[in-house]
Amino acid sequence: MTTQEPFEPVIIAFCCHYCAYTAADMAGTRRLCYPANVSIIRVPCSGKVDALHILKAFEKGADGVYVAGCLDGDCHFKNGNHRASRRVAYVQKLLNDIGIGSERLAMFKMSAGMGERFAEVAKEFTETIRALGPTPIRSLHRDAA
Amino acid sequence: MITAERKPIDEIIEYIRPFQKILLVGCNECVTVCSAGGRKEVGILSSMLQMAFLKQGKSLQMLEHTLERQCDPEYVEELVSMIDGVDAVVSMACGCGVQEVARRYRNKPVFPAVNTKFMGASERQGVWAERCAGCGDCLLGITAGICPIARCSKQLMNGPCGGSTNGKCEISPEVDCAWALIWERLKALNLTERYEEIIPAKDWRNGRGAGPRKIVREDLAE
Repeated sequence: MTTQEPFEPVIIAFCCHYCAYTAADMAGTRRLCYPANVSIIRVPCSGKVDALHILKAFEKGADGVYVAGCLDGDCHFKNGNHRASRRVAYVQKLLNDIGIGSERLAMFKMSAGMGERFAEVAKEFTETIRALGPTPIRSLHRDAA
Repeated sequence: MITAERKPIDEIIEYIRPFQKILLVGCNECVTVCSAGGRKEVGILSSMLQMAFLKQGKSLQMLEHTLERQCDPEYVEELVSMIDGVDAVVSMACGCGVQEVARRYRNKPVFPAVNTKFMGASERQGVWAERCAGCGDCLLGITAGICPIARCSKQLMNGPCGGSTNGKCEISPEVDCAWALIWERLKALNLTERYEEIIPAKDWRNGRGAGPRKIVREDLAE
């Protein structure tokens, strides 16, 4: 880090309406703290999240992205969470190919009742990304412009 | 359909390294169906290339456009309004599409972003397998609808070789022996006597044996 200010990562969380998004709601209702770095995008199912959505998030300057879907066997649309897991694994390879690093993308599974788990995941992932430092894209975007 | 796979990103990066403004062109036909070069893949590759170059300190200007069909001049004409503003074109179509763009826009470098593989069918979601070799003289009528040219590793015409084991080819236990499949289907169709008929040596001039091929329909050609 060359700047004096502490690095605050930008994290995008694609959250399934039927589980993680409701879990985030529960975390809020229970007044559980989780980092403000995490910006939530509600999706009808984690299976709706496309490789393109994830890559565009990074291209626009996200330092980390995660997809949060239902527990195994609990997908409202049968297997959307399973598809999301495989898609995340695919995009992780793409991120490695272009030198961004697969560890900046993750898939988590939780139920609507797991507010604490949601807060825990948000904290842990934010710390992981904070330790990795900013993605080169965000600062270079600014420099190249 | 014609199947294809995206080239390794490093190869594409090397092609376009000298250029600044790139037109990335997809195709709505076969490569869309096999998830190699349709609108979505154009978006993904565009995003990857921009990030890869940004990481190297270079801002790439990408223009994305997906044509209805890249192997037809009528559709390739659509690029006219965009072509002057770019330094190079990257095509995500099969080799036919790449060549059609290169033929129409002679003063622009055109690079392929996919490796065109084979004419195939979808076995299941995300899996495509070779089914036709374009031999120019279809045998499927006498081989129970299973092609020994495209699906037998040795392109044998009259039964399996000694490498056929338990219905699998000697090249891999994952590959079906085409002649085992043909025999099973002939049995199911009660047509096993067809197996006794010797198929004569194939005239490969109908295939690639006599150089590049062309079809001219006199009633249609202008």
